[in-house]
Amino acid sequence: MRNIGTLTQRELAAFFFSPIAYVVLAVFLGVTGIFFVNDNFLPGEEASLRVTFGSYFPIILVFVIPMLTMRLLSEEFRSGTIETLMTAPVSEVDVVLGKFLGTLIFFVVMLATTLLHVGLVMTYGSPDLGLVLSSYLGLLLLGGLYISVGLFFSACTRNQVIAVLCSFVLLAIFSFLANYIARDLEGNSRVILQHLSIIAHYQDFTRGLVDVNHLVFFVSTTGLFLFLAVKALESRRWR
Amino acid sequence: MIQVQNLSKRYGSFKAVDGISFHVKEGEIVGFLGPNGAGKTTTIRILTCFLPADSGSASVTGHDVFGESMQVRSNIGYLPESAPLYPEMRVREYLNFRGKLHHMGRAVREQAIARVVKSCWLGDFVDRLIGQLSKGMRQRVGLSDALIHDPKVLVLDEPTVGLDPTQIRETRNLIAGLGERHTILLSSHILHEVEQVCTRTIIINKGRIVASGSPAELRTQVGAESRLIAEIKGPEAEVRQAVSALNGVGEVEIRAVDGWNRLGIEPTNGADVRESVFKLAADRGWSLREMRREVASLEDFFVKITAEQKGAGL
Repeated sequence: MRNIGTLTQRELAAFFFSPIAYVVLAVFLGVTGIFFVNDNFLPGEEASLRVTFGSYFPIILVFVIPMLTMRLLSEEFRSGTIETLMTAPVSEVDVVLGKFLGTLIFFVVMLATTLLHVGLVMTYGSPDLGLVLSSYLGLLLLGGLYISVGLFFSACTRNQVIAVLCSFVLLAIFSFLANYIARDLEGNSRVILQHLSIIAHYQDFTRGLVDVNHLVFFVSTTGLFLFLAVKALESRRWR
Repeated sequence: MIQVQNLSKRYGSFKAVDGISFHVKEGEIVGFLGPNGAGKTTTIRILTCFLPADSGSASVTGHDVFGESMQVRSNIGYLPESAPLYPEMRVREYLNFRGKLHHMGRAVREQAIARVVKSCWLGDFVDRLIGQLSKGMRQRVGLSDALIHDPKVLVLDEPTVGLDPTQIRETRNLIAGLGERHTILLSSHILHEVEQVCTRTIIINKGRIVASGSPAELRTQVGAESRLIAEIKGPEAEVRQAVSALNGVGEVEIRAVDGWNRLGIEPTNGADVRESVFKLAADRGWSLREMRREVASLEDFFVKITAEQKGAGL
């Protein structure tokens, strides 16, 4: 367990040393900036952060987070460093949690840059701070879930392209398509699909609602994918 | 220090390691020798707890590699083949990270880094990016990483592969020096290398141990099969008959070289027939102008036993 901190630190440092992180950070800031200006600073539009948080962030994150996570374990497999790592006295759980936390911290740094938008809105109006807080909590949970999914796929393959595509497809299906498909269904399958829709769980946070239901959904699914990542990492022992 | 009993490992239907048993005593430098694909790396990966074995048992410093994996990992310094490292880190950063993984405090870590940097001659390179280092330098960084926690046992997988001759010699000297403090198991497919560094050699092929012993012991096994070359002037038929009749002489091969008979004599059971050949020549009044033993090198021995195995496998 002591090693988690060490591994988190190394992972975080690796982000700041890799060009991908800066590209992702720049793209993220650029795109959120454009959406923000379009939604809040055009004459005649409602100056509200809700649209930005509610609709655009999840779409952007589905693209951005797999790019952050694809490297995590795939690169260790490809370069063989997994061998030095797993023959040091560290467990698979240490490695997965260390990488997860390192990425989560990087994600928080990324989110922190959007505080600029909140600051701008505050100088021109008086946004509901409670809503801003619950939205950020929602984003943190959403990011955590996306990272765990990306980490799982990164643990499955030594090929970063496969890792990024698989996480992207899975996240896109359960973030957006689930809602659309559910509309055309009836009965139980509709209910189940609606419950699996990540966005449905996320949206209440952007309305200022912190529902235990949704908290449990995010924490448990994140836990599930972290568990699967540990198993995938252990699988070299019986493959 | 290392005990291996009946270890086996298959990949699908391919038997990578097939019932290997050996042990390494404290302070020994043991060479694990075999052609590519013989099962060296698999055995090493089992010993370093990277892969589990299918059957058999292995222990390092008295700890079982399956049951007490963490203790084993703390006691082993491992340099995998091709020395994988994180290219974006600086050497010092990397060693610091590895030290932390071994739960070393800051002060201990700094001392340890200074120690391994000195013993692996990394002095001028500690603040360089690993990605910018040459293959030989990276190998040394890998080695210093294996040494950082001052492990009792060092396991080095092909430590000189991909290095140039100067670097190979340097690495060899380095390993020989490390032998004073650590028990070392190193693998190689180059016999020459093992012969120079190791106190004992285990030759492995097709997942089985085919020979083991000190270089000297292996050499006697080889020496027993050495041929005697002699050049004698005399009538060929008579020479052949007389020499073949000598005690301890097996097959005789004769070739004419500018008026002399060049004999290749295979002694039986390692007999030394040099004296009897000389006496024979003296008795018959034949001139003798050359006589030497053609000692097969360990390399020939290595090629021979691995080839025998191949034949037996078919």
